[in-house]
Amino acid sequence: MTQLKMTVNGKAASGEVEGRTLLVQFLRENLGMTGTHVGCDTSQCGACVVHVNGEAVKSCTMLAVEANGAEVATIEGQAAPDGTLNTIQQAFQDHHGLQCGFCTPGMVMSAAALLKDNPKPTVDDVRHYLDGNICRCTGYHNIVKAIMAASGQDVSAIAAE
Amino acid sequence: MYNFDVEMPTSIADAVKALGREEAQPMSGGQTLIPTLKARLAAPSVLVSLHSIPEMKGVCKNDAGDICIGGATTHATVAAEAVDYPALASLAARIGDPAVRNRGTIGGSVANNDPSACYPAGVLGSGATIVTNNREIAADDYFLGMFETALEEGEIVTEVKFPIPEVAHYEKHLQPASRFPLVAVFVAKFADGVRVAITGASENGVFRWTEAENALSGNFSASALDGLSLSGDKMISDLHGSGKYRAHLCGVMAKRAVAAAS
Ligand SMILES: Cc1cc2nc3c(=O)[nH]c(=O)nc-3n(C[C@H](O)[C@H](O)[C@H](O)COP(=O)(O)OP(=O)(O)OC[C@H]3O[C@@H](n4cnc5c(N)ncnc54)[C@H](O)[C@@H]3O)c2cc1C
Ligand code: FES
Ligand code: FES
Repeated sequence: MTQLKMTVNGKAASGEVEGRTLLVQFLRENLGMTGTHVGCDTSQCGACVVHVNGEAVKSCTMLAVEANGAEVATIEGQAAPDGTLNTIQQAFQDHHGLQCGFCTPGMVMSAAALLKDNPKPTVDDVRHYLDGNICRCTGYHNIVKAIMAASGQDVSAIAAE
Repeated sequence: MYNFDVEMPTSIADAVKALGREEAQPMSGGQTLIPTLKARLAAPSVLVSLHSIPEMKGVCKNDAGDICIGGATTHATVAAEAVDYPALASLAARIGDPAVRNRGTIGGSVANNDPSACYPAGVLGSGATIVTNNREIAADDYFLGMFETALEEGEIVTEVKFPIPEVAHYEKHLQPASRFPLVAVFVAKFADGVRVAITGASENGVFRWTEAENALSGNFSASALDGLSLSGDKMISDLHGSGKYRAHLCGVMAKRAVAAAS
């Protein structure tokens, strides 16, 4: 077993893991932070996307030990401590960017990574960036609309189909 | 996934030493290896992570004018920093999705030599050199067949050196479910000739289409490829496309690559 230390959503976190423990297992099972979802466990769906040192990664395809000492950001750290949703989350709610909500943690974390590098993306930019995020409810149209709205752009011309 | 020890060396020398342990295997981005371990298709007792080795990361230019990319450099870094070789940066920018590009590395991709991977086409099509911890291997001698390379047990790809062509282009016909190419063609025109490398098509992995190279070396235009074709006999046939379809795509993608490059 290896003793790990990392910062998760700005707070110190630690725990004991095996070599094979995945980052997503560490978050969900050791830390009890079940906001990060496992949809496929085969690196395809993006439900497990978190940020490690500011970069979006699939936490089902990274070993926990590789995140030792890192700054990790998950969906639990997106809203303010009093529960007020952040801009991206609020836009998902306003524009019906979620149905069952299973893919949403990964969608929000991918959107946050996109808007950090590209604050005013085009619709095509958003669709390309979400290549690795699958929504089984197929609500892509409103997800894209929500992200466009979160970037402060006018989405009135983007019809809900 | 069976359990294993993880070593995190910080130098190439320490990584090579760690790989001397019984049933040790290197891991770079893990974007191929972790799914493989989950499927129990590999069961190393020691995983040697190459992710914390500064001398294996980054993009630079050497005195000969080649672009040198450290073996543990991620696809995202190549996409952002290989500005002197736009066709290569564009190849890296189209691998998988953003999260895969933030972890997956050039060393892992060329070591794995998946018959549908992007980098093998860029490396062979550029006539690049694969640098390992103990030698340099020309791309023409490196890719030996599907998932097979000239690497020896315990040998790691520390760098890949690319000569920069006059013009080049990577044309990828996406297989949208896997986001790998169904067929992709890398074309590069150098002062002394043209190289054409194809991935996703052959049962033997990446290969050079020499007939097309000869035609293009005399006349670098898409029409130079008129009438040339490949046989579908030794091509991958699966539910996504027959060998014959892939053979046809090779010609179409090669023409598009030349048109985009010229
Ligand atoms: C959803 C998804 C989409 C993808 N799409 C594409 C795509 O479009 N095109 C494409 O080309 N690839 C694609 N990939 C594969 C991706 O690019 C991988 O990152 C890459 O093939 C392997 O790189 P890695 O660093 O992750 O290697 P790892 O998974 O760490 O290792 C792969 C193999 O190489 C060995 N190895 C690793 N590094 C070295 C080294 N430096 N020296 C010697 N041996 C080494 C390992 O032991 C292992 O056998 C995709 C992957 C996923 C999950
Ligand atoms: S659970 Fe990680 S990509 Fe699907
Ligand atoms: S909202 Fe149900 S999977 Fe996306």
